[in-house]
Amino acid sequence: MHSHDDTNPAEHDDNVYDALATADDDGRWAFGTGFDAGTAEIDAPAPEGVDRDDLAAYCLMLADDALIASQRLAGWTAKAPELEEDVALANIALDLLGQARVLLSRAGHLGAAEPFRAGPWDAQRSGAGRLRQDDEDVLTYFRDDRAFRNVTLVETDLGDFGRTIAWILLLSSWRLALMQRLTASRDPVIAAVAGKAVKELTYHRDYAAQWTLRLGDGTELSHARMQAGLDAVWPFVEELFLPHDVERRLADVGVAVDPAELRAEVDAVLEQVLPVATLTRPERPAVGLVGGQRHRRSWGGRDGVHTESLGTVLAVMQSLARAHPEATW
Amino acid sequence: MVTAPLLDARTAAEGVVDPEMPMLTLADLGVLRGVDTAGDGTVVVTITPTYSGCPALDEMRADLRRKLHAAGHERVEVRTTFSPPWSTDWISDAGRRKLAEAGVAPPDRLGPRPAGGPVPLTLVAPSRAVACPRCGAPDTEETSRFGPTACTALRRCRSCAEPFEHVKEI
Repeated sequence: MHSHDDTNPAEHDDNVYDALATADDDGRWAFGTGFDAGTAEIDAPAPEGVDRDDLAAYCLMLADDALIASQRLAGWTAKAPELEEDVALANIALDLLGQARVLLSRAGHLGAAEPFRAGPWDAQRSGAGRLRQDDEDVLTYFRDDRAFRNVTLVETDLGDFGRTIAWILLLSSWRLALMQRLTASRDPVIAAVAGKAVKELTYHRDYAAQWTLRLGDGTELSHARMQAGLDAVWPFVEELFLPHDVERRLADVGVAVDPAELRAEVDAVLEQVLPVATLTRPERPAVGLVGGQRHRRSWGGRDGVHTESLGTVLAVMQSLARAHPEATW
Repeated sequence: MVTAPLLDARTAAEGVVDPEMPMLTLADLGVLRGVDTAGDGTVVVTITPTYSGCPALDEMRADLRRKLHAAGHERVEVRTTFSPPWSTDWISDAGRRKLAEAGVAPPDRLGPRPAGGPVPLTLVAPSRAVACPRCGAPDTEETSRFGPTACTALRRCRSCAEPFEHVKEI
């Protein structure tokens, strides 16, 4: 966080650009906004009996789900079917980005950002006294795909509006069930993020459910595209319920939730929505999961094994920051 | 040289307005969680965001620092806290009145929410009685659940046909 001692823009009504031009002397890194400093909960130590590296990894999992989902949704900006939907999708993306930033900062506080500060783009290496980039920025812009811990659903191409709605319906139903349980997490940051996220995700799920009804129970064409969208995201759903070892260990100490517990609640939402929307629950095999191993994770985003789609997302998200590693404004 | 502050810290902090809804002070909005003076004289202001991704938070911090500096407080620290999470119930009565006067429909008070159990999904959008802040007519419709800021929805009055914003309940 950098101080910002410019004069009040309201006193410069004649030219709002004056206020921008007289901003900080110390400069801000062009790609970061600074968040981790001065946030009460982020500095809290790991709860007693909780492995610090596990907690950092879990914060990254929760953060990366939201960060990559947010980046994907932001791709709709200025392209949605109607202005209202453009605004809605951008709002959902913004909520998820906010959740991601706090969790990334928490992971950074627990040491997760340090290995990624040493790249050729690291501002600290080339200029004495340059800005130290915040943990959340280092983790967002300077990690490569294998270091991202998100479930693969969130990195998949959103396709058309129908597929996007199916994607939001599944993602928000799952994350809402997860976050509601995490309000009781022993980690104060995870619990605090969850407390806010529950309210936000309730709106996201309502939005997706209502569009699922309108499209599913709409015209022949909208029905067909909504069903096709649901079919397309379905192979990525199974992974949402497969626990990673980190999740299991942290669930045992009251910090995390075993995602297998979330299946019934997500199913209940689908059972409520799909029949009214005249849609059929898909029966398609899960991506990357070998038959007969449904309870064992053999592959997945939580381990850093991603689909090729993540590369596209990261290229868009990271390339500018990497091309201009010391840009300030 | 130490000079006496021109305005006490709490009064100065409470007078800072929200960057996106400038008819409200941070106190009206209910995001100001504390104003304390540390042993070394540093003013420590604690705020909470309305939504996780609220982009106004950085501006709030900067505005608080500016206002407190201008009021004669040299050392200012703005801290953020997330817990307990903000809800629209934190908006004061004065804040609700100011919103309505500015043509923004204030949120209903939700009261304490039941803890535990899945969050119910309602397939039909709840038809809240949101009166038009311009003509007062009760017959209004939601045009978009998401508005120009994270905390507002868009509505339209069926009586006077004017669009308006509604601070949606969370």
